Amino acid sequence: MKHESVETNAGLLIILTLAVISVGGLVEIVPLFYIDDTIEEVDGVRPYTPLEQRGRDIYVREGCYTCHSQMVRPFRDEMLRYGHYSLAAESQYDHPFQWGSKRTGPDLARVGGKYSNEWQVQHLIDPQSLVPESIMPGYPWLATTPLDYSDIDRRMVALKRVGVPYSLTDEEYQANVEKFGEEHARMFDIRDAEDNLVAQAQAENFDGNPGTITEMDALVAYLQVLGTMVDFSEYDDGHFAEFR
Amino acid sequence: MSTQDNREKDPNQVETTGHVWDGNLQEYNNPLPRWWLWGFYATIVFAVVYWLIYPAWPIGDSFTKGFNTITFEQGGEERTMHWNTRALLAKDMQTGTYAVRQREMLEQVAAQDYETILADAESMSFVNAYAQGSFGTWCAACHQVGGAGVVGQYPNLRNDHWKWGGTVEQIEETLHQGRLGYMPGYRDTLSGEQLNQVAAYVLSLNDYSVDQDAADAGARIFTGSDGGCFQCHGMDAQGLTSQGAPNLTNDLWGLIDVRGAESDSERQRLVANFIRDGAQREMPGFADRLSDAEIKMLTAYVHSLGGGQ
Repeated sequence: MKHESVETNAGLLIILTLAVISVGGLVEIVPLFYIDDTIEEVDGVRPYTPLEQRGRDIYVREGCYTCHSQMVRPFRDEMLRYGHYSLAAESQYDHPFQWGSKRTGPDLARVGGKYSNEWQVQHLIDPQSLVPESIMPGYPWLATTPLDYSDIDRRMVALKRVGVPYSLTDEEYQANVEKFGEEHARMFDIRDAEDNLVAQAQAENFDGNPGTITEMDALVAYLQVLGTMVDFSEYDDGHFAEFR
Repeated sequence: MSTQDNREKDPNQVETTGHVWDGNLQEYNNPLPRWWLWGFYATIVFAVVYWLIYPAWPIGDSFTKGFNTITFEQGGEERTMHWNTRALLAKDMQTGTYAVRQREMLEQVAAQDYETILADAESMSFVNAYAQGSFGTWCAACHQVGGAGVVGQYPNLRNDHWKWGGTVEQIEETLHQGRLGYMPGYRDTLSGEQLNQVAAYVLSLNDYSVDQDAADAGARIFTGSDGGCFQCHGMDAQGLTSQGAPNLTNDLWGLIDVRGAESDSERQRLVANFIRDGAQREMPGFADRLSDAEIKMLTAYVHSLGGGQ
């Protein structure tokens, strides 16, 4: 084909341009879906409970990802500061994942359990009261806004469609019992989603206010589980390197 | 001016693409500079070499791993695998220049007892450098970067006021297992007037001006069975580190903003409200998150902040 015929035919130029730039995506992204080692073999990673999932929705809604990444990279300085590097397996139930690429604030991939619930609540309401040099905005309304969980079952159905193993039938529930244990499997049953959400919020009372289930309850529940699912003391240094 | 005239006037005599727009606009058809073209070929050669050395091409359900290898130690044995950033990190953590230097110093300092560490300038300079990072990561969120805490929330570590004791052993225990501080609220036990009396007494211990009669009545509640405050804070109100009960006579206030109060009555109200509501505070333990050596560095660091006993 003569170069001139490409340059002088806008339609052809567009089609060929798209074909050429798609190669980058096709070569770099598509194979990850069928390479066996993409998701590491590791125990403990589970879907989010209904309450955690609603917290994650709020995390996304408030745009936390614009300043916070959730990806500890495999470098020594990051290991020393944040803990073990992130695994692909750890975000396999995230749709969409929150890896991010902008760290105006610190990485949050391993923030779970690092601070108390009380600290998280106070910090979200008024960050500067605990970290005077912080430039993070406050989110005081989270503590006073009741959590809307009326559509939690539909949200879980949507996630189920893209591959998160929430259960709708007894068969799927049994599969979850085998994979995640009974206690967790119960939390992943869409048919009891609302009851489970209320029960977890009341039992753990993340926001220190037992009366109402607020958006703060959900967000803190989500933050406190981040990066805590895998027990890294069970694995050798080389175990996760095998998958790369 | 005609197109033909322009061509004739072109001093470079460069070939054009042949198009002419607006009667006189033309496009040069210059060849690529040589150096650029060779640079382009060089990137192609580089890519091929790169494919051979590093993990590169997906093939079926696997990928080419490349000829480059990394050797690191795993479970006491040497392990060699294809080059990847995770293996590189494992090696860097084990044998990297700075990791080795840091580990050597950490082991060397951690092997000393506290008395030696605190007295030795070189050890302390390592402690300061190392623990400042750990403190920033694990402690500063509550105790603040400099360790001065937040009045009403988190204790100040820079004064010599210690709820749970300020010796190295006590600080280490606090870091290891955490602490659960609890003072019951007296809203059901004492009347509003009694709360004010106890507050007056506690403030009088620190030389604030209060009503002497109220303070005397407060003293009786404090040291008697009505309040029973003495059980934790002691008859002399000097506190009891085994209970995490603070000394109430040194005019150092962690949970009540006594010094920030604008008037005598405001001050007394703050203290009375605190006694009414009580307090519950938790310091998490770090034994399962930090190694003993790291806790030792933090202990020496916190002890050296200014308040160590």
